[in-house]
Amino acid sequence: MKSYDEINEKIRSGKAVVLTAEEVVALGKEKGVSHVAKNVDVVTTGTFGPMCSSGAFLNFGHSDPPIKMSKVWLNDVPVFAGLAAVDAYVGATELSEKVGFDYGGGHIIEDLISGKPVTLRAVSYGTDCYPRREIETEITLESINEAFLFNPRNAYQNYNIAVNSSDATLNTYMGILLPDFGNATYSTAGELSPLLNDPQYRTIGVGTRIFLGGTDGYVAWEGTQHNPMQARGENGEPLAPAGTLSLIGDMKKMSTRFIRGAYYYKYGISMFVGVGIPIPILDEEMARCVCIGNEDIYATAIDYSVKTRAKPNFGRFSYKELRGGKITVNGREVPTAPLSSLKRAREIAGLLKDWITGGRFLLTAPVRPLPMDHGFKPLNIVPPKGEAV
Amino acid sequence: MAEQRVVLKFHRWQLDKPITYHLVKDYDLEMNILQAKVTTEEGKLVLGLSGLEQNIEEGIVWLKEQKVIVEPLATGLDVNKESCVDCGACTAVCPTGALYFTADWTLMYDEEKCILCMACVPACPVRAIEEKF
Repeated sequence: MKSYDEINEKIRSGKAVVLTAEEVVALGKEKGVSHVAKNVDVVTTGTFGPMCSSGAFLNFGHSDPPIKMSKVWLNDVPVFAGLAAVDAYVGATELSEKVGFDYGGGHIIEDLISGKPVTLRAVSYGTDCYPRREIETEITLESINEAFLFNPRNAYQNYNIAVNSSDATLNTYMGILLPDFGNATYSTAGELSPLLNDPQYRTIGVGTRIFLGGTDGYVAWEGTQHNPMQARGENGEPLAPAGTLSLIGDMKKMSTRFIRGAYYYKYGISMFVGVGIPIPILDEEMARCVCIGNEDIYATAIDYSVKTRAKPNFGRFSYKELRGGKITVNGREVPTAPLSSLKRAREIAGLLKDWITGGRFLLTAPVRPLPMDHGFKPLNIVPPKGEAV
Repeated sequence: MAEQRVVLKFHRWQLDKPITYHLVKDYDLEMNILQAKVTTEEGKLVLGLSGLEQNIEEGIVWLKEQKVIVEPLATGLDVNKESCVDCGACTAVCPTGALYFTADWTLMYDEEKCILCMACVPACPVRAIEEKF
């Protein structure tokens, strides 16, 4: 058993043994889990994919005379400002009122991080203490007060494989799905993925320090739709979408190499988020988890052509099969394609490894674990009382 | 021998006239039909023509005399590798494998395999793929 303090002491003195999750899978195959438990201190993970439930809290500062912003637009994208006078939340998937699918919240966040000026427009009903009724000005990330990314649902553990059994092409958040099982898309970093390396959240919890968007950030809470009670295989890995994380970090230190606005054809706008989480190898169980490879992690293929909430599934496939380029669904060979960049995820895991071996990044023990007895409820229609059903 | 790719657009009422037959018989052009589509709105053929340069020119003049609209086909695609994040969304729709991954999961574009179907252009989530003329 190792403790966080022991591992951090090794990091400070430059003696920590740090591997990426892909390197440790190879080491585990060669020398066994016990060897990894004894000899490896930290495993770094990474992922870079579209994460729709993302956004940023901004404080614009007060104008003279001041305004209590009621409705706010940044580059014609409405942002939520029902928060005091000059606080706002930019959601990644909000669309421009002027150009629709061609610009959205994810692009505002990318533009701000890249230093570009953004047009802020706001109107107000005016109060005695906030007499101003409207404002239009250019802002930049530098010129405003706080700007922190707060993403309510990121790093989805083991998302679906998407297929399309219908005879028409589907435009979805899982990309363009070709008819008649023409393709199968998947979105994961597989054995490099953060939550697939700590499937039961033994080390990842509130307060875990992470790599987020090019700088250090933190796990703030479990994410929305966190579903730890998902079906799992014998090795503890979920077989379908399970855990999620809420992440927080300082936008002013981020880079557009790791945060990008995204366009999904005829679906909407999203945002690529680069996340990396270090896993301390505290015991044999953690060593066992990080040694699980793509051939032992399975995802479920879901038919996105079925418009109901519950969609038929066409079986489970390992990430090794998915990365191999084709899977057999419903008796036919279906070409696979990723939506999440493994190359960029590797860059993130590599950077985090450098930061740790360089003594610049210490691990934090969670201050509160992610809940394990937490379900994922649907939204059922309940008519208001008094209405005829 | 010259080669040229053209996009032919025509109305439904022109369907009864043999077009490609004349290009072959009268202008001695070898033809590769890259795309053919007839809908309630329009007819569209994307052809690769090869033969003597003069014959290609005269064939195109003849097509225009038949009231067929002849446009150049994009000569290629420009994949902006600065913008590209190597995610793979384009590979999901590419019919020929012209967009593919190398062993280290870098996205590559093979111009030789591309049939310029343009399916990848809207599929790219960072709009890194553009038509070249």
